[in-house]
Amino acid sequence: MSTVNTQHAAPTGLWRARLRLASQSLRESWQLFARTRIGIIGLTIIGLYALLALAHPILMNTVWEPRTYDPVVGYAFDETQQPAPPSLKHLLGTDPLGRDILSQLMFSARSEFLLGLLAATVTVVIGTAVGAIAAYFGGWVDTLLMRLADIMIMMPAISVLIVLSALIGVEHFELALIIGILSGFGATGVVLKSQALSVVVKPYIDAARAAGGGHFHIILIHIVPNLLPLSFLYMMFTVTSAIFSEAVLSFLGLLDVRMSWGLMIHTTESAGYLLQVTDFWWLIFPASLSITLLCSAFYLVGRSLDEVVNPRLRSR
Amino acid sequence: MNGSSGISNPPSRTLISAVNLSKLYPVSEGWFRRDRSFIHAVDGVSFDLARGETLGLVGESGCGKTTTGRMLVRLTEPTDGQVLFNNESGDLEDIAHLKGAPLKNFRRRAQMVFQDPYESMNPRRTIFDTVAEPLHVQKIGDHSERFERVSETLSMVGLTPPSSFLFRFPHELSGGQRQRAAIARALVMNPSFVVADEPTSMLDISIRTGIMQLMGELADQLGISYLYITHDLAVARYMCSRIAVMYLGKIVEMGETEEVLRNPVHPYTKALLSAVPVPDPGADREPVTIKGSVSVPVDPLPRCRFYDRCPIADDFCRDNDHPPLEDKGAGRLAACHKA
Ligand SMILES: Nc1ncnc2c1ncn2[C@@H]1O[C@H](COP(=O)(O)OP(=O)(O)O)[C@@H](O)[C@H]1O
Ligand SMILES: [Mg+2]
Repeated sequence: MSTVNTQHAAPTGLWRARLRLASQSLRESWQLFARTRIGIIGLTIIGLYALLALAHPILMNTVWEPRTYDPVVGYAFDETQQPAPPSLKHLLGTDPLGRDILSQLMFSARSEFLLGLLAATVTVVIGTAVGAIAAYFGGWVDTLLMRLADIMIMMPAISVLIVLSALIGVEHFELALIIGILSGFGATGVVLKSQALSVVVKPYIDAARAAGGGHFHIILIHIVPNLLPLSFLYMMFTVTSAIFSEAVLSFLGLLDVRMSWGLMIHTTESAGYLLQVTDFWWLIFPASLSITLLCSAFYLVGRSLDEVVNPRLRSR
Repeated sequence: MNGSSGISNPPSRTLISAVNLSKLYPVSEGWFRRDRSFIHAVDGVSFDLARGETLGLVGESGCGKTTTGRMLVRLTEPTDGQVLFNNESGDLEDIAHLKGAPLKNFRRRAQMVFQDPYESMNPRRTIFDTVAEPLHVQKIGDHSERFERVSETLSMVGLTPPSSFLFRFPHELSGGQRQRAAIARALVMNPSFVVADEPTSMLDISIRTGIMQLMGELADQLGISYLYITHDLAVARYMCSRIAVMYLGKIVEMGETEEVLRNPVHPYTKALLSAVPVPDPGADREPVTIKGSVSVPVDPLPRCRFYDRCPIADDFCRDNDHPPLEDKGAGRLAACHKA
């Protein structure tokens, strides 16, 4: 029989087929994505900041002398007065404590990315699980999860974070977890549930059940993969809200972080320079512009992915 | 569970039998309403299916055919009644409320082919994944044994050579090919009972006969019993030795297919037959229309279900409960006061 000698080709054939599907849908998605200009703009900005983040440790190990350029404990001995305006040695000047602004900016970029990524991952893992479970089981499980979601949505995230950071020390890691939990059990879970509702009624779910597939099998093999595109989209929006929340909390001095864009503005404010924007622009603009740009960039990518994921929006 | 009253075949011949099966769906009218209404989707249905036999379940859309089929394979849990299944040890076991491992075990013996081949397969999984799924969840065989079994089953349903279908995705197959793959999925565990829910109604007319032929051959070859659901009498005539005609959740007539078609007893069956001649099963025909239309059986009145549309109904039919399914001679069962 021909099946005998193809037997060993089974796993390879299977993986080749799966890869083919993945690469095909990726290619199609990319074509749709690339058609929306906002997505490309967002991606470019994200790319630039990623480069800045990656370049920082390299610069610190090569041309930037740590004593002068360390973003937290460095001091620009070469400047007579702090904060010093931009110069060749300090392209974006120094802050009121004599630290290099560009170095701070680049150093913070990395933690913004890590924060955003972690918050988004936690959100999506929780949101996908909540959505799939609520839609699949329905009944009291659904009711319970949706009432919990109502509570999460009603709680204003920023004020919750303010209270929490006053009670316990909140660093980037905790912040990411809290944001992820709030949005995963909240809005993201609700959105993913409504998507999952359209999956659980498919006959292939019945077929899996008739085959003897358990809850875990059906949720993991049939429901979750069909939620992933939308999950990915909501990751982008979570990154935006995570970076923004971090900025607000750092600005208020409520986060125990060593350095961040929000903290840079906080330092400026506590040294009394916040209202002298025209004279000390380099203290404010680089950080606040970065917050705005990176937040918008992830938002734009999300909007553009929305058109890829939601066929209804794919009108043009 | 042996020797229950609803069984007319000797137990050893009976593969599966429905005893007074009912399914009520609550009509949701807010949470705090006390006097809830119910759709009587299936209402006290009984029949036996012998080993290797194909029973047709015919009736207009909405009469409860799918719900009946789903209860027999336990995709829907009955509100009332029993589903007696002849298990390996030869006992009739009520599977109506089975759970856990016994239910999972029952699923090896009873499978379903769904109406819509475009929706009955996960678009993200290969044909191999889909057809092997029952083996996978039932932990039957190792990977290469499953591969072998899936290949064999694909050849059996006419998807040859299997190697050119195994690693394709549903959207790369035609409707007929998908339905063949769906049949392969249902047969891969060697079930003894299969519910086929209008398996050809969504397909091109040109390929319907091919699928029906295949299902017929497989039944003979593998000794499978079908509950073959269809709204088309011609299909039923082609596929089934016996048919049961359903109307609003009730079986109104049941008997040998040729007998029923040649000499219908119940006015509903008569109406179905007079509305259309019954030519060859591949032809595409308008669905049957009878005076009035099928209503939804929400809290039906205690009278004959067919009363509103019946040409021969009188006051007796209005004032008395729905008639029982009775022997009207020559093994023909019908539920009618007047027949
Ligand atoms: N899950 C369900 N919830 C509520 N009502 C249902 C459900 N499934 C079926 N019904 C109702 O039960 C009746 C019978 O449906 P069905 O068994 O699908 O009929 P058929 O297959 O003969 O077209 C219909 O009135 C239908 O609306
Ligand atoms: Mg149906």
